[in-house]
Amino acid sequence: MATQETRKLARVMRAPAIFLLLIWMIVPLGMTLYFSFLNYNLLNPAMTSWAGWFNYQYFYTDPAFIQSIWNTLVLVLGVLVITVVGGVAIALLIDQPIFGQGVVRILVISPFFVMPPVAALIWKNMIMHPGYGVFADVAKFFGMQPVDWFAQYPLLSIILIVAWQWLPFATLILLTALQSLDGEQMEAAEMDGAGFVSRFVYLILPHMARAITVVILIQTIFLLGVYAEILVTTNGGPGYASTNLVFLIYRAARLNFDIGGAAAGGIIAVVLANFVAFFLMRAVGKNLD
Amino acid sequence: MRTITCLLGAASALGLAAAVEAQQITVATVNNGDMIRMQGLTSEFNAAHPDITVNWVTLEENILRERVTTDIATSGGQYDVMTIGTYEVPIWAAQGWLLPLTDLGDDYDVDDIIAPIRAGLSHEGQLFAAPFYGESSFVMYRTDLMEQAGLEMPEAPTWDFIAEAARAMTDRDNDVSGICLRGKAGWGENVAFLTTLANSFGARWFDESWTPQFDQPQWKEAMDFYVSLMNDAGPQGASSNGFNENLALFQQGKCGMWIDATVAGSFVSDPENSVVADKVGFALAPDRGLGKRANWLWAWSLAIPAGSKNADAAQTFISWATSKDYIALVAEKEGVANVPPGTRTSLYENAEYLAAAPFAQMTIDSINAADPTNPTVDPVPYTGVQFVAIPEFQGLGTTVGQLFSAALAGQTSVDDALAQAQSVATREMTRAGYIK
Repeated sequence: MATQETRKLARVMRAPAIFLLLIWMIVPLGMTLYFSFLNYNLLNPAMTSWAGWFNYQYFYTDPAFIQSIWNTLVLVLGVLVITVVGGVAIALLIDQPIFGQGVVRILVISPFFVMPPVAALIWKNMIMHPGYGVFADVAKFFGMQPVDWFAQYPLLSIILIVAWQWLPFATLILLTALQSLDGEQMEAAEMDGAGFVSRFVYLILPHMARAITVVILIQTIFLLGVYAEILVTTNGGPGYASTNLVFLIYRAARLNFDIGGAAAGGIIAVVLANFVAFFLMRAVGKNLD
Repeated sequence: MRTITCLLGAASALGLAAAVEAQQITVATVNNGDMIRMQGLTSEFNAAHPDITVNWVTLEENILRERVTTDIATSGGQYDVMTIGTYEVPIWAAQGWLLPLTDLGDDYDVDDIIAPIRAGLSHEGQLFAAPFYGESSFVMYRTDLMEQAGLEMPEAPTWDFIAEAARAMTDRDNDVSGICLRGKAGWGENVAFLTTLANSFGARWFDESWTPQFDQPQWKEAMDFYVSLMNDAGPQGASSNGFNENLALFQQGKCGMWIDATVAGSFVSDPENSVVADKVGFALAPDRGLGKRANWLWAWSLAIPAGSKNADAAQTFISWATSKDYIALVAEKEGVANVPPGTRTSLYENAEYLAAAPFAQMTIDSINAADPTNPTVDPVPYTGVQFVAIPEFQGLGTTVGQLFSAALAGQTSVDDALAQAQSVATREMTRAGYIK
């Protein structure tokens, strides 16, 4: 039983860790906030001065700003749909007792272990390339004109690559949920004459709801920050067709060397991410209670 | 905790001590063929200077730029020798970010460096970077395909002839494109080529009061020409092709013509890597009868950032890598046609080189024809042929490159791309204080 004394002691013992975490978060955020109000360009350090709200204004009037927000949302939602639907389907499949189950499961999960830039490069040069890619070979085999994926469907290509990477994650989580499903319940339903569709809709899906929620939440956090795949494949282009918010900030920071503008973009991204998180928690978070 | 700190301190102190004894220098460079060759010859450098250890950081062009610019602007001190171009040198030298090269050795012979390139690498008369290789751009073409098409390449072609020949040489069934041009977005990629194209069409980036000129008919004409030519006679996926991609295509025999850096001359005529080595011809970059040819001027050069702790060793290295002896060394090891071109006058007086390198005369003519101080038909307030020598150009040029790349990919129309380029350029230039 915790007495007044021990509780106090616990608080003191916890304090250093919490304090460290706080510093860890506050200092970068504070510096970003501070920089976002400065006219500060690395290439012209002599011109540093107070900017007020100008950086924010400059960032959201960027011609690419609206499109980048739209692209960010399309990217997140597209990947979520593919991974959740595909993840449920694959989880159902590899849950069946088949020959070589262990090997199949490892194969299904392995894309997750490939680092994003490597995966993106493989897709770019070996799969989607209009000259050397597998897709081009398939298209040529059927006598069709090969598709230049990154020029014609840049955002879709990136969604496919990212979905390929995250599908194993969704599958893994959903598979564990599926394995915890009570077999007797399923048998009972089957005996009562429930077909696969009703079993899926009334038993399996509700059982997996929680796992799906976890998948959506965790993936959203990571997908809002997708960057490496864009950098090595399309570089945000053609035009702004595959520029998301993170890439826009990267452009300000590393191509324009505009620290003030990039910091302002970072703050805008933080606000937006919180906004999305808020609605997401409201929409799906109730499953977690 | 404290012991660990002490140990760390001791370790770093030891590390420092070791660094003083055998000096370590870190060289950041581009993954182009000539630099890879230099990296391969590190042991030769070590043989002459056993007290200096060289660490290499070899990166793709765009990434290298990002890294070294960040490092130098934040005084990061990661690199002792940086590979930078004629764009960065005058800007960085003016900021005081580079050390002047005052001690290159007695037999270095600075006056041997080709004049336009030496001028491009100097600031207030002081040399701040030593050229590793210099280049302009020219036309490389397949003599066999040209003959098949029933045409003959003049020594100084016009754009109209190039367009006609490109369309005639295109053979989609055999996967041969009449012309390969840069399309990958980046100020050092498609923007470099398109700016020279625009220069020869009479266009310019800015007028004398720094107002962007993308709304002018010359730009529209140039871009329409480029996009329609590439659609008719360019390769698949041209909007993601940069120098290296086009080089690979040309070496595999998939391009009829290629307008790009003169340094590629030795790569396309190298029988080990190029299946078309014996069928390549060279011509000056095209023009449109307005008095400016579409050829650029560039020199990848080695410079020492002001924050380097091993500036002496770095200078020793630069002196070695850009010397006449280095050229002789490469000639001995790799063949005289493969030496880094475009830096020294003496190389172009070497009869052996002129005989072995069919592109040599065309290279030096192209370099001498480029005029960075007077790059356009109409007067401009900036210097630089395929770039505008202001710090803001990197970001602006890359954004504009994205827009042009989108126009090539068919994502936007040429008109839209130019209108957007105009608005972006106006925004950036206003912010940077050029437009009052």
